[in-house]
Amino acid sequence: MKASPNDFILALSEAIERDVETINIEDCFRDYVEWDSIALLSLIAMLDDNYGVNIPREIFEKLETIQDLIDQVNNS
Amino acid sequence: MAKLEFTNVGVRAIAACVPKHVRSNNQLEVLLGSIELEKVLQNIGIREMRQVSEATTPADLCCAAAERLFIDNSASKDEIDVVLFLSQNGDFKIPATSPSIQYRLGLPTTTACLDLTLACSGYIYALSTAFAYASIPGVKNVLLLVGETFSQIVSDKDKVNAPLYGDAGTATLISKGDFGSSIFQLYSDGSGADAIKIEAGGARCPANSETVLPKEREDGNIRSGHQLYMDGMEVFNFTLKVVPKSVKDALAETGENVDSIDFFVFHQANRFMIDFFVKKLKIPKDKVPISLDTFGNVSSATIPLTLVTRLKNELVVSDKKVLISGFGAGLSWGTAMLRMNCPVVSELVEL
Repeated sequence: MKASPNDFILALSEAIERDVETINIEDCFRDYVEWDSIALLSLIAMLDDNYGVNIPREIFEKLETIQDLIDQVNNS
Repeated sequence: MAKLEFTNVGVRAIAACVPKHVRSNNQLEVLLGSIELEKVLQNIGIREMRQVSEATTPADLCCAAAERLFIDNSASKDEIDVVLFLSQNGDFKIPATSPSIQYRLGLPTTTACLDLTLACSGYIYALSTAFAYASIPGVKNVLLLVGETFSQIVSDKDKVNAPLYGDAGTATLISKGDFGSSIFQLYSDGSGADAIKIEAGGARCPANSETVLPKEREDGNIRSGHQLYMDGMEVFNFTLKVVPKSVKDALAETGENVDSIDFFVFHQANRFMIDFFVKKLKIPKDKVPISLDTFGNVSSATIPLTLVTRLKNELVVSDKKVLISGFGAGLSWGTAMLRMNCPVVSELVEL
């Protein structure tokens, strides 16, 4: 399933428990105060559940922004 | 995929033993800080676990569970044909642990004894082995002992593993009888061998003065080469990918569905993961027992421990269809659909 930016940001907001209004597509998600090991697991679960996508660690480590995540989902 | 079907073999009795000593995860505040700790505990759902003393091994816990099982059952020790002992923490490198268990329990020398080792998927695999032995003409009863003491192999300065693991030993009696058919589906993917690992102490990396030293590793975690490492992200990715599919495949194979199965007993890895399976597979929550809240993840022993501590009252009154699913290091995973015909379920033993 393709990820539209708005839907993706909404799903991300729920997964990492951050106000949707404060998430911008060019943000580096690792800079969020909510970002920690649990947020990572929640993101992985969201990607699997909503988009059927599994991102290998070596690729995930190179992703920086929300846009990178969306691109990765859409290219998977 | 290995698909095994057994007819008229089943679980006749189950017992479990945990150490008396309760370890609370609140003591990890020093390691994680209070805010982070609360968030982690909320997600993993593990508040406390049981912990052995240095002198107690998985074999000790299993023997205590087995003794209880014999007291509560009509099966006499003379009727045991095979003992299987599954653990990743056997008493010695040599000899295997199961012959010493035969002696300790006072079983006849005609008993066949075999050690098995795997991981958190181990109960599914070992149970299938027990079912296979019990299917053979001439074999009446197989005693399966599954126990782990991860508190002895996890560093308390490892943020990933320290909050997760507890200790337990279990005994399951498998016999011929009017059980109907049970199926096991077993899988492996060794490409993920590095995801959960104790690197030293085996033939590939023997113990030396270096391997025993605690060292700082990824994310400030401190452990020696003889303590457990886990790549949480890889394991989580793997689990999400394979476990729901394996459960769906087992349901399809047996012609069962979420409504027709009485209980789904998952390996108690952590609460977040089990909640994900429940959501993904649309299983009613009351069909999915949880024991990790008070016992933690006891690796291969989680499934029998959950049967004993959370389903005893249900299992003993009427026939049940129980789906069990385990997954872990290897990587290795498996799912089984068991027909439980009112097994004798002992009260939990504390040692």
